[in-house]
Amino acid sequence: MAQTLSRGSVSGTAVKPGGGKRKPFLVDLYSTAVGKKYVMAITGLLLMGFVVAHMVGNLKLFQGETDGVYALDVYAVWLKELLYPAAPKSAVLWVMRSGLIVAVLLHIHAAYGLTVINRKARSVKYQSARDYDVANFASRTMRWTGVIVLLFILWHLADFTFGWVNPDFVYGEVHRSVVASFDRVPVAIFYIVANIALGIHLFHGLWSMFQSMGWNNPRFNSWRRPLATAIATVVVVGNVSFPIAVLAGIVTHPAV
Amino acid sequence: MTTTLKDLTLKIWRQKGPNDAGRFETYDIPEISDEASFLEMLDILNERLIESGLEAIVFDHDCREGICGTCSLMIDGHAHGPQRGTATCQLHMRQFTSGDTIVIEPFRATSFPIIKDLMVDRAAFDRIVEVGGFISAATGGAPDGNLIPVPKPVADASMDAAACIGCGACVAACPNGAASLFTGAKLAHLNLLPQGQAERFKRAEAMVDTMDEYFGSCTNHGECEAACPKSISIDVIALMNADYRKAKFKNRKALSRT
Repeated sequence: MAQTLSRGSVSGTAVKPGGGKRKPFLVDLYSTAVGKKYVMAITGLLLMGFVVAHMVGNLKLFQGETDGVYALDVYAVWLKELLYPAAPKSAVLWVMRSGLIVAVLLHIHAAYGLTVINRKARSVKYQSARDYDVANFASRTMRWTGVIVLLFILWHLADFTFGWVNPDFVYGEVHRSVVASFDRVPVAIFYIVANIALGIHLFHGLWSMFQSMGWNNPRFNSWRRPLATAIATVVVVGNVSFPIAVLAGIVTHPAV
Repeated sequence: MTTTLKDLTLKIWRQKGPNDAGRFETYDIPEISDEASFLEMLDILNERLIESGLEAIVFDHDCREGICGTCSLMIDGHAHGPQRGTATCQLHMRQFTSGDTIVIEPFRATSFPIIKDLMVDRAAFDRIVEVGGFISAATGGAPDGNLIPVPKPVADASMDAAACIGCGACVAACPNGAASLFTGAKLAHLNLLPQGQAERFKRAEAMVDTMDEYFGSCTNHGECEAACPKSISIDVIALMNADYRKAKFKNRKALSRT
């Protein structure tokens, strides 16, 4: 029987390879598909931690103002001066930002690498219709929800960090910028859609993380799905509440 | 006993050889008994084809009792057909309704090249087993039973994984063409038992690295578990992922000592 496959060398034993340079350990690990999955899981966990903290912090939008000072603006300053004067102003913020940027880039790079591997693994597609038994909408749309979330992050930065696409951006007046941005219905809708995509991404991603990292134990297996559902729901409900509150007139700003 | 007879239409993938483009061909096949297995139905079709001077359809089959892992087929978009926990040979025509059109396609993956019609070469699985799907132990006379005590839950978990018949339905069903359920099952089978401990991490690294050369990666859809004729749980994939990570660190340490 014709075996038409070429067979590469098997490196998977604790035997010193004869000659040739060995790749550095982490590079070697990352070059494998399972290694890439670890990177997806760990960076995903970091990013999810950020998303949850970001949502919780932004709930300050609902505190409004006391004596003309907005709670969200005070929170923004606090973030900037985290651990000041122990650390210089903005230093901690930039450490966290760098971590997030690296995590996002690694998450995307690993996802791209895995997608290429997976495409190659079935070069000729099924010619008849597949009928999926258990693969859900979330698991099958990870790439799409991921792309939507990425585009949304870029828009989000342009809107609230750089102010490029914000109609009334004033540096330091976060509350005002938020109200100004969400007053535009199409923007609010885009924001809501993107956050639902984020929730779908988290719903599969968090559960998937447990499997990828091998965190599987009869003691907590039954909690993995509910945990993923709960965190995804909390993030979506929290984030979507901001544009809805602005559109409904619950959160306002006199200058807008 | 009355036997219900069914009239079916089959859309079957025909391919002359590995390099042929292949296409679906439609066959009307009247009067098929409810009690016929899916493979017996194909036998009947083949007999009728041969009688009318046509070439028989090539498909994989051997024990026909669900334990050898030779039969395959994507039936209506499901590996081993729509019935859960069932290999194609154990699927019976009573699962279908008269007048149905059944679409039959070979398992598809780059590492499962089509040999002819519905038959695919699953030798890539052998490559994975060759590098670690065994224990190296001097064999002599049969050891006494219970010489090595194994806790019941461990024995059960290992046995559940050992039920894998290596049919390749997990790869066929996986949207990514990944073989994680197969490799995970082979690893869980040996890595959970005391006899498997000596080579546990060597095995984990070797088998996963070999799997990597041929197959896609797991994105935790769970389709493999649903398609598996032995209903092996994706828990074995988590065990594989954990053991591979441990293996990478432990083997690196072991390497630095040599």
